[in-house]
Amino acid sequence: MQINGQRRALEIEPNRLLLDVLRQDLGLTGTKCGCDDSSCGACTVLVNGQPQMSCIMLAVSYQDAEITTIEGVAPNDGDEAELDPLQKGFMVEGGAQCGFCTPGMILTAKHLLAVNPDPSEQEIADALSGNLCRCTGYMQIYASVRKAVELMRERRPVEVAPR
Amino acid sequence: MGETVLKDSPIGARVPMIDSVDKVTGKGIYTDDMAPPGTLTGRILHSPHAHARILSIDTSVAERLPGVKAVVTGRETPVKYGILPIGHDETIFATDKVRYVGDNVAGVAAESPEIAEEALRLIRVEYEVLPAWFDPEKSMLAESNLIHEDKPHNIEKDYHHHFGDVVKGFEAADYIREDRFFCPEVTHAALEPHSTLAEYYPEADAITVWSSTQVPYYLKLNLASTLQMPEEKVRVIKPLVGGGFGGKSEVIPLELAAAVLARKALLPVKITYSREEVFYAHRGRPGQIVELRTGITREGRLTAVEARIIQDGGAYCSYGVVTILYSGQLLNAMYEIPNVKFDGYRVLTNKPACGAMRGHGTVNTRFAFEQQLNRMASVLGIDPVEIRRRNLLKAPCITVNGLRVLSYGFPECLDKVEERSGWREKHGKLPYGKGIGIAGSHYVSGAANAIIRSGAPHTTVNLSIDRDGVVTIFTGASEIGQGSDTLQVQVVAAELGVDLDRVKIVAADTARTPIDLGSYSSRVTFMAGNAAIAAARDAKGKVLAAAAVKMATNPENLAIEGNQVMCLDDRRIAMPFEDAVRLAAGDGQTLEATGSYRPPDAATGGKFKGGGVGPSPAYSYCAQTAEVTVDPETGQVTVDRLIAAHDCGKAINPICVEGQVIGSVWMGLGQAVQEEMMWRDGRLMNPGLLEYRSASTLESPPIEAIIVESNDPEGPFGAKEAGEGSLAATIPAVTQAIYDAVGVWIDTLPITPEKILKAIAEKKKSETQVIKTEN
Repeated sequence: MQINGQRRALEIEPNRLLLDVLRQDLGLTGTKCGCDDSSCGACTVLVNGQPQMSCIMLAVSYQDAEITTIEGVAPNDGDEAELDPLQKGFMVEGGAQCGFCTPGMILTAKHLLAVNPDPSEQEIADALSGNLCRCTGYMQIYASVRKAVELMRERRPVEVAPR
Repeated sequence: MGETVLKDSPIGARVPMIDSVDKVTGKGIYTDDMAPPGTLTGRILHSPHAHARILSIDTSVAERLPGVKAVVTGRETPVKYGILPIGHDETIFATDKVRYVGDNVAGVAAESPEIAEEALRLIRVEYEVLPAWFDPEKSMLAESNLIHEDKPHNIEKDYHHHFGDVVKGFEAADYIREDRFFCPEVTHAALEPHSTLAEYYPEADAITVWSSTQVPYYLKLNLASTLQMPEEKVRVIKPLVGGGFGGKSEVIPLELAAAVLARKALLPVKITYSREEVFYAHRGRPGQIVELRTGITREGRLTAVEARIIQDGGAYCSYGVVTILYSGQLLNAMYEIPNVKFDGYRVLTNKPACGAMRGHGTVNTRFAFEQQLNRMASVLGIDPVEIRRRNLLKAPCITVNGLRVLSYGFPECLDKVEERSGWREKHGKLPYGKGIGIAGSHYVSGAANAIIRSGAPHTTVNLSIDRDGVVTIFTGASEIGQGSDTLQVQVVAAELGVDLDRVKIVAADTARTPIDLGSYSSRVTFMAGNAAIAAARDAKGKVLAAAAVKMATNPENLAIEGNQVMCLDDRRIAMPFEDAVRLAAGDGQTLEATGSYRPPDAATGGKFKGGGVGPSPAYSYCAQTAEVTVDPETGQVTVDRLIAAHDCGKAINPICVEGQVIGSVWMGLGQAVQEEMMWRDGRLMNPGLLEYRSASTLESPPIEAIIVESNDPEGPFGAKEAGEGSLAATIPAVTQAIYDAVGVWIDTLPITPEKILKAIAEKKKSETQVIKTEN
């Protein structure tokens, strides 16, 4: 499997869920199980860039897919200065309280910002509607995503599109 | 305490939570993320019956299944336990009877989840089904088939309080209202399902338990008693916890089951509840009937309140005795009420036990009271903001039931939401279908009396400062996402005058950290915060004494700022903090310091039966407005905007305070408009996050938090609680906004479209009848 940019050779039973393979076989425990039945979105990973819930995916079906988990979001492992703007946004705006929904939220938002780099609050809410949180009432999560947009703008000089 | 904060102090700074890097990178470890080599999967066999006698259990076939390493039943676990000393009515596995669907019958540890589940299927249990009680009002009349033989009429506990003289109070009233309210059960539904990993060390006869708990210390005590092991052989470690809200604030059956299985299997055992098991483990807010009678003068002054409250407690005591007391005791300490009567009944039924949930005991009573106050304001023609201003406490004061209130920011909270919401331009003036409502609420900053009464401190914090000037906090306080660890780092850094990144923390490991009672009753900021300050002062005293000798001055002439010990009369004379630490500690030593906190006797309440629950060293206050749109055709209520002004004393970390206030309001809104545990014959009809209707982004309105700082004289840097007090006001604010929009009052939660349509139809019918009579 292709996970976080690395090719991993695995021997797995055909009935195993991607979530369990990530957590148990690969030790990628950042992906969380909140509900067992695709209600909460805590197990969201990116599959070829698309957010999907790994608790209802059979791992063997995704042998050729590029999978990104929360551990693959920061370009440089563990260096705080190298965190993704979304990760920084969630830190400084309090988007993570208990942190259990955070990996799924960040991955879903990662896809949102890839397709829409300047989303409105309604667009953020729409994109995150499959990710439940019981701590924040979502307000600080919206602020975290907006903060990420701001940080991305700072990092990338504003380009004026030729008309 | 309550002193001026230095300019560059971390107090009041928007400091990101210190564990947030771990949370945003996925590196943070929660209990279920751990699996030492050889870890077995534990599973629990639950009762399919609401009330039944166990005639026999045959585990022999299950035990022979290859891969099964241990099977345990109630025969091996006879010791009763419970979170309250007066409520020891549970055993790890049922010994004689099962008392709710989901009750714990046996445990299995096996090499894989599949084997463990197969083993559960192979356990043969013979039951004699008994008549079951589901309705608390019927259950409290029971003469036979009692749920617990020692609880006549299935009443866990009843309390009858009378302060002042309500007869005289009602005589003095110009207007008396009586209403009946019903709030069904709701649950915490923290996103992390409960999880426990236990490992037994036979050579030492010791056990270590990692668990998703808010109360490591109480878990340790209950493990020791139920496993019949000395306390010093039991170690509890709390990894990151994915939300609690009270659902992890007592010992949950899986914690003890994992431990007893690990001891028998001689291998680590992990049990993680499925989401369905989390719903059945429950311990949430009980269903509650409130019959409320309130008297008020023409001018809008409260004269008397009488409440009869029945709580549907489920099959075991849990926190029930405390919950029923909170529901009566905290009628007080919000407004000036001279005469108060309370009759409270905590009733047993054959459903999972209810326990403590955010706003413990106060929420449903507060909804009823605020709703009735708003109804009376409407009848008397007094503005709802104004009627509250006419009944303010005259703080500092002691209420009729003995609650001491020192700081009281409620008046300012009212001012703030009135202004921000545009109340005066909106209330009573919006078009049909649009409305605005207001309500208040409050909560304790920790219980002044511990669950287990003693003269011991409620929390102790130790500090160890190394020769390089790095300060390590050792604390038993439990981070559950609310910012417990961050808060303690901030107050220690502030008090010691060192940078935040010099302060590290080791928390919630009973083998390494001193006793703290846990994260419940919103006690951490106030109690662990004060203990951390005391510890920092102890350290600072030692550092300054040593520095004073070297600098040839008095300790009183020294201060620590920006990692430097400096003379106050000449700041050029200074030495690095770490040098002073070395002087204080002696060569090669670390500097040790300690501090603890125990609420003052003056805050511990009245000396009557039940008077120990409700007193707190300080109370938080909240005023809240809700704006709604009601579609009179469909009954659909859309909450457009919620504003909560919360008096947290002092916001040590505004990010955390805002997060707690907004999160509380959001959870209150869930209870108001959509959440409900739906029971049928003891079975839960909606044991899933979607079926329970936990709000997604699409159902969640904008919520604004306004911080009000009343600077409590005893709070750490003036701080009080922030995590619970705002929840209760949301519900009555929303119901009043609905009245403002379409003219109907909803007394039964949740406020569904059906209830709105029915109320509008009844209103129209009664108006038509009035017109007909007039004709």
